[in-house]
Amino acid sequence: MTLAFDLILCLMIVGTAAAALLTHNALAAIVFFIVFGNLLGLAWLAMNAVNVAMAEIAIGAGITGVLLILTRQRLMALGDDLVSAETPGWLRAGAVLACTGLTALVGSAVLSVAPADDLGGPIAALLPELGIENPVTGVLLAFRAYDTLLETFVLLGALVAVWSLAPGNAWPRPPASLNLAESGGGSVAQAFGRLLLPLALVMAAYLVWAGSDFPGGAFQAGTVLAGGLIIAAIGGAVAWPRADNSILRAVLVLGPGVFLIIGLAGIALGRFLFYPPGFAKAMIVAIEYSLALSIGATLALLLAGRSVAPDHRS
Amino acid sequence: MPTLMHLYPLTGAALVGLGLYGIVTLRHPLRQLLAVNVVGAGIFLILGGLGRGTASTDPFPQALVITGIVVAVALTAFGAALVVRVAEEERARDDTAAVEATGDSA
Amino acid sequence: MSPLDLLVAVPLALMIAAVLLGSRGRLLLLAAIPVMAGLTVWLLLLPEGTAHIVGDWNLPLGILLRADGVAQLLVAATSACASIIGLYALREFAPGPSGSETAHGYAFWPLFYLLWGGANAGFLTTDLFNLYVALEMVSLAAVAMAAMGSLRAALQYFVVALVGSLAYLLGVALLFANYATVDITLLAGTARPDLATKVALAVMTAGLLIKAAVFPLHGWLPPAHAAAPAPASALLSAIVVKVGFVILLRLWFEAFPAIVAPAALDVLGWLGALAVLYGSIQAIRQETLKALVAYSTVAQIGYLLLAFPLVVTAAGSDRAWAGMTIHAIAHMLAKAAMFLAAGLMLKAVNGHRLEDLSGLVRVMPLTVAAFGLAAISLMGLPPSAGFIAKFLLLEAALEQGAVFQAAILLVGGLMAAVYLFNPLSRTFAGRDTPVTEAKDTLQTAAPLALGLLAVSLGFAGQAMVDISAGVSQAGPPAAAVGEVP
Repeated sequence: MTLAFDLILCLMIVGTAAAALLTHNALAAIVFFIVFGNLLGLAWLAMNAVNVAMAEIAIGAGITGVLLILTRQRLMALGDDLVSAETPGWLRAGAVLACTGLTALVGSAVLSVAPADDLGGPIAALLPELGIENPVTGVLLAFRAYDTLLETFVLLGALVAVWSLAPGNAWPRPPASLNLAESGGGSVAQAFGRLLLPLALVMAAYLVWAGSDFPGGAFQAGTVLAGGLIIAAIGGAVAWPRADNSILRAVLVLGPGVFLIIGLAGIALGRFLFYPPGFAKAMIVAIEYSLALSIGATLALLLAGRSVAPDHRS
Repeated sequence: MPTLMHLYPLTGAALVGLGLYGIVTLRHPLRQLLAVNVVGAGIFLILGGLGRGTASTDPFPQALVITGIVVAVALTAFGAALVVRVAEEERARDDTAAVEATGDSA
Repeated sequence: MSPLDLLVAVPLALMIAAVLLGSRGRLLLLAAIPVMAGLTVWLLLLPEGTAHIVGDWNLPLGILLRADGVAQLLVAATSACASIIGLYALREFAPGPSGSETAHGYAFWPLFYLLWGGANAGFLTTDLFNLYVALEMVSLAAVAMAAMGSLRAALQYFVVALVGSLAYLLGVALLFANYATVDITLLAGTARPDLATKVALAVMTAGLLIKAAVFPLHGWLPPAHAAAPAPASALLSAIVVKVGFVILLRLWFEAFPAIVAPAALDVLGWLGALAVLYGSIQAIRQETLKALVAYSTVAQIGYLLLAFPLVVTAAGSDRAWAGMTIHAIAHMLAKAAMFLAAGLMLKAVNGHRLEDLSGLVRVMPLTVAAFGLAAISLMGLPPSAGFIAKFLLLEAALEQGAVFQAAILLVGGLMAAVYLFNPLSRTFAGRDTPVTEAKDTLQTAAPLALGLLAVSLGFAGQAMVDISAGVSQAGPPAAAVGEVP
């Protein structure tokens, strides 16, 4: 990539972020944010970080973008016009000053550090032991498996936290449907949804399998699965389950559960999250497939939201 | 010694400042949530962007960034649900108040 | 086998069970308590500074878990608090009438175990990024529990907590770029007083001060802690704010003691002093019981920071360190007891104001006693753990000629007596015996047990001082750092 490309990309990133924050129109802000996320994905590509680029575009721009759009719709239905109250001039002036100062401070700290690939070498040297070739997967599922394990519980906890917001008379009913099919013109969406869901499953399975050696992995695969589920739900091909559905609960805990069991099994062989020599790749793939399934279901349900009362379907 | 490699992490620093400005000045919680995500993206650019060698990018910070992105979406989803629930409760309160007001005048 | 990982893994396994079973599985707590108690005893018996890596991966790639004195004491206090608060919550977060599940009854239990596991993970790790994930586990559970009381307060808490986490994460990013590691024990060996390190330390500290609700960044705490259901308030005030505090300790006294300017520690000490004064004055002015108890948390956190400048000074530093750590766990036990007792008292009179408490001692003497025991520790009266902590801090302050800190310690104790005597005296006032609801034996016993623990731990003062001294500041254990090829 050339300098001009990098420079223009960075300007566009800052520009779309500024637009997303400064525009008065909430929908425009969300659209700018999604464009911003995709440009960030490009930036990660330009930095040769393909795994991050996929995660940023799929999760940072995709899932977060859909989430913001759905939330806006839900708020509009409640009569919230999403207009930010005008902040007093002195506050804005102060904020400009403080934030410029912070940017200058952080910027000069950034400039004082020389960019370097410090750990790439040591990681590459250890990968043959794991039998996988994608170093990022190696870091996520082996060297920093503990972080990743805890993170899957954050995701699960976020869904429980969303569910906890259900009003008294709503639990454990399903979330409001995203069904467009009822409002006419849905047959295309329905057919599309039916077609896309199996496709998403295949794609997700491939992403996990490829993730050991090429860019990809459980999180990217889970996002694809979630995307498929959402589109299928919009088309009416999938109905949201009730929160007390035991199959659903089993799917949600499958990934974290398998991860934790493999981690605890390691204790018998020496240490928590220890993979026996020669079996590292098998364990990593097993964790990733179960994680992808759980992450897909969790992300889709995070977008769907909590239980709603029967009289209230917006 | 600033280099061209500093371009992306510097962009990250700008996003941190911009996002913070948004958090402070935007009054609607959903807009604040969006601003928080801009700050997060800026931090990720600093974390990953300063891990670039001449030929490669350090996979270690890349993995940390992916973890960070997933944690961010989890918290954003809960935050969004909370914003909706607060709006719902306030609307219900307004409705009750309106009903009571008419009841009093009748 | 090691308790360092099991203390995190067991609560997470219980979280999975709770997601599957909801409030019908709440009695799993009865199995969890002895298991976690056993693991805690094991942790306390470990030799000083025991540490091991996770999996097979050495630093700087892997993650180091370690049992130092701070971790041992805070994990132990967390086990005690979480167990007893859990027992109290068995009745509050149960299936509804006719066995149907409610959203809160379902969600409380997974969040409870997430919080417990996250807090332990935070206390036991030496990795700053791992700490970030642990911090988010705890914050997520905390905000969701606060939302069970007041949605508005929870939303404010959520935004503030998120900003705090991001500030912390920004610092982690800068430190990793600068040192190619985020492990505290490795950072301690290579710390340089350069710009990136200073900026990182500054933004992380700011973020953690927000999370620990240190004056003047405390605004979110009183509404959130006061409005939550009693077990949630107890968890928030006892455990959640301590996680941010422990990370501050790790940064200032373990990773970067060599580059920290004494003036910076003085600033933190001043903030602590202001927090003690402001929190106490606000607590005195409150007219509702839970708001009073919440403002008392703001004041009590102040003492933790007040001790910061005392710790670095060489003479008597052990005493200040021990005093600070013991104050943290004394506050955990006492504040958990107080919120649970307050919850019972307010439920009994079906009100929330101090004047509603009139005559209550005649109906629920044991609960008022629990409140009183907690108050003894918070005021720093002998023989409580709070007394040991304040005594050690006072001794350290006088030894170093820190008259100002000593004065704040004494004035703060007096002010605590004023704001805590007020609700207690109300329970003795009035001649009418208030009409109250039926009582639950387990719920009555819970705050009493915590209050007794807070007071009687004072007798174990020397043991706590010895444990708290088990800080391995000499860098990572040799076994943990392998040769990176």
